[in-house]
Amino acid sequence: MTNTIADIEEADVILVTGSNTTENHPVISSFVKRAITRRGAKLLLVDPRRIKLAEFSDKWLRPNLGTDVAWLNGLMHVIIKEDLFDKTFVETRTEGFEALKATVEKFTPEHVSEITGIPAKDIVEAARLYAGAKAASILYCMGITQHTTGTDNVKSLANLAMLCGNLGIRGGGVNPLRGQNNVQGACDMGGLPNVFSGYQPVNDPGAISTMEKAWGVKGLSDKPGLAVTEMVPKAHAGELKAMYIIGENPLVSDPDLNHAEDSFAHLDFLVVQDIFMTETAKTADVVLPSCCFAEKDGTFSNTERRVQRVRKAVEPPGGVWEDWRITAEIASRMGVDMRADSSESVFAEIASVTPSYRGITWDRIDRDGLHWPCPAPDHPGTPILHAEAFPIGKGKFFAIEYIPPAESTDEEYPLYMTTGRLLYHYHTGSMTRKVDGLNERSPESFVEISKADAEKYALKDGERVKVASRRGEIEVVLRVSDKAVDGTVFIPFHFAEAAANRLTNAALDPVSKIPEFKVCAVRISKAA
Amino acid sequence: MDENTILINGNRLTIQPEETILEVARRNGIDIPTLCHLKGAIATGACRICVVEVEKARSLMPACTTPAQPGMVVHTESPEVVSSRRMTLELLLSSGNHNCAVRKSDTGSFTAFQLEVQKYDNADELCPVWGDCELQDLAYRYQVSGEAFESTPPKYPMETVNPFIVRDFSRCILCGRCVQACNDIQVNNAISFGYRGSEAKIVAGGDRALKDSDCVFCGECIQACPVGALVEKDARYACRPWETRKVRTTCSYCGVGCQLTLHVKDNKVMKVTGTEDALPNNGSLCVKGRFGYSFIHSPERLSTPMIKENGAFREAGWEEALNLVAKRFTEIRDAHGGDAMGVLTSARVTNEDNYVAQKFTRGVLKTNNIDHCARL
Repeated sequence: MTNTIADIEEADVILVTGSNTTENHPVISSFVKRAITRRGAKLLLVDPRRIKLAEFSDKWLRPNLGTDVAWLNGLMHVIIKEDLFDKTFVETRTEGFEALKATVEKFTPEHVSEITGIPAKDIVEAARLYAGAKAASILYCMGITQHTTGTDNVKSLANLAMLCGNLGIRGGGVNPLRGQNNVQGACDMGGLPNVFSGYQPVNDPGAISTMEKAWGVKGLSDKPGLAVTEMVPKAHAGELKAMYIIGENPLVSDPDLNHAEDSFAHLDFLVVQDIFMTETAKTADVVLPSCCFAEKDGTFSNTERRVQRVRKAVEPPGGVWEDWRITAEIASRMGVDMRADSSESVFAEIASVTPSYRGITWDRIDRDGLHWPCPAPDHPGTPILHAEAFPIGKGKFFAIEYIPPAESTDEEYPLYMTTGRLLYHYHTGSMTRKVDGLNERSPESFVEISKADAEKYALKDGERVKVASRRGEIEVVLRVSDKAVDGTVFIPFHFAEAAANRLTNAALDPVSKIPEFKVCAVRISKAA
Repeated sequence: MDENTILINGNRLTIQPEETILEVARRNGIDIPTLCHLKGAIATGACRICVVEVEKARSLMPACTTPAQPGMVVHTESPEVVSSRRMTLELLLSSGNHNCAVRKSDTGSFTAFQLEVQKYDNADELCPVWGDCELQDLAYRYQVSGEAFESTPPKYPMETVNPFIVRDFSRCILCGRCVQACNDIQVNNAISFGYRGSEAKIVAGGDRALKDSDCVFCGECIQACPVGALVEKDARYACRPWETRKVRTTCSYCGVGCQLTLHVKDNKVMKVTGTEDALPNNGSLCVKGRFGYSFIHSPERLSTPMIKENGAFREAGWEEALNLVAKRFTEIRDAHGGDAMGVLTSARVTNEDNYVAQKFTRGVLKTNNIDHCARL
């Protein structure tokens, strides 16, 4: 997030898109709802499903799946045409406006309406609503990113925010809501194929030399590595021989699971380190048990870049270790001593080689966390990014054309399917599905369908149905719901025994390598 | 007198715009007791525990809703105030199952009362929040026994039909904090005041069970409840506050990073509460953060390394497992190069775990093939 969670309550208009906030980030949703009910902020919701937040919205747009660039360009078309943009911000803080203007020129409300299914007048009204706010915050989540155009979608949101001067101010910002406790930290720490910790490129000679010195090793590779979605096909091709998987369950979370399973089976050697015997661990050659969050000291970095303490409360079963200690033990058996006295001393090393974490110590975050960048011991942290300038100087507008999703419906697969999460479960369910109460509230998977579609395909609420895509088939319960829009069904991906990802498309965004979980084509029939 | 000051118990205090008497007092460390007041919500002045004497006012004024006016002279513990608070407490204690033994030493009547309560509770202990109850604290503070009035039995049966929250109407004092927590703080709008007068009850929807209502089991109401009317089902009678060690940590579910307090007894997490006055969540949690902790102690947790042989796992010692992993990784790296290997680190584990994982991948396996499920 460019801004903080608390800052949401400062916004006059909140644009929520591709985020089922009340189910996926319930506590953040309360900040949104309070801004509306107590401060009179207005909610502009853009989501195909009738999610809970629709009840709180001033304006709700229901775009066809995968048409985000089109409606965003449509909003900007109106804002430029009606002269509602922030000229001072555009002039002093950005570049590339003319190219943006030329590109959005053809995205008239009528044209956008044809692509997105959103009525033209709603495009105009939404544009006026967003542009009319003194401070407008954008909250988005996987509904924006999990597309073959995910990067374009995010850049388009940034375009919109810059166009209206909504960056670097309280109540503004472009705010991705990150789905997992430490997904921010995993990125910050260099758990990515192209960067060391603090987003230092792996092909930057300066960064390589810093790391080699700090780690006492030589010969670090300067060739960017493979993303998870690229490792799977490489494993299938036999080029990737071994994997070491720590606390992840790709055999439920990856797209096109049937293919992913086949690919993992090609590996010569698979090590899985986890707290449970997950679907992925079952396929491993060696399984190493580790501590859960309540059994270790450390830090997580949240969605607002706040680095916070994790504290050990109980002893782990069987005296197992923290993940880093296990990894360090493997390293020392391979001739590199990576052992450390404590998690705190590992953190001190992180701070020493990571500019954005340099000023953070466990002492400083004992009570309240600090927002990175925090480059020095006396630096107060950075709750709001880009207040004075962008890291690259001027903010760059990207002129982006609309590209349709990778897969479309046809006679054989006539319905669109999108995936997501439920309030009562978390990711692949390895933790929440061990909790009786959560299972009682949400016992099994389902496919959510509109009443009209259920009638069209002669399906009844509560009956078991087969959902098939070009890649696989699952059996789930049919749930007729007014959340669903005609022509599109929704399936949660938590449930391994009816894994939505057997159906999803592994087509990737060319830049971010994110799969298009949010759009594929399916057919539904009664279960035999 | 200064234009911007008031006198509380003889202390001259500066007031800020729109402050209530309660806020001025609290800011200056003067304790005015409250029951219905909930931080972050709009004050209602319903319970009248916070009444104070304001000179020249015709009656006692609730400190939580009365704006501090320049020149006010306030007494927070005058005999009249104390007498009013005692009466309020007597009335609260006389209605329902307040079996916290604040009662006087009439053994016979307490025993009879306790036996009745036990039937309702289906348990043989004192109140489940004994020692963790604001009403009990005030009863002690003002030496109120709850026997001035004939006690009235509970009107509504306990609701236990959901997995997380026990609604014990016999201990509800209708302060409305849960209603505010639900409507003003979490804005889930699931519960409200229902019925009137002596039939009053906190209801969900049209007086349905929580499980059949709009309730999303965030449990904000439990944390707001000053008494034992709303209690975590699993923690009820399982632990008393003095038996548990409190450990503050960060939630391990979504990316909000809510600050949690784990209540630990005998190496077991017994319950979870939101850490008050801590950002980013200010004490709020969701159903997963508050109630989704039993996986920690699941019998399915892995506790020993496993090695697969002929398609089946067998348990192995750490030395054997780590040596095997190191040997195979070394062989594969040396035979095919580091780029034939890949590591998935995790969005669930700590920064320290992630940092060491990428250091290992780059420094030992000699590849940049490392990623995690940020995209998934």
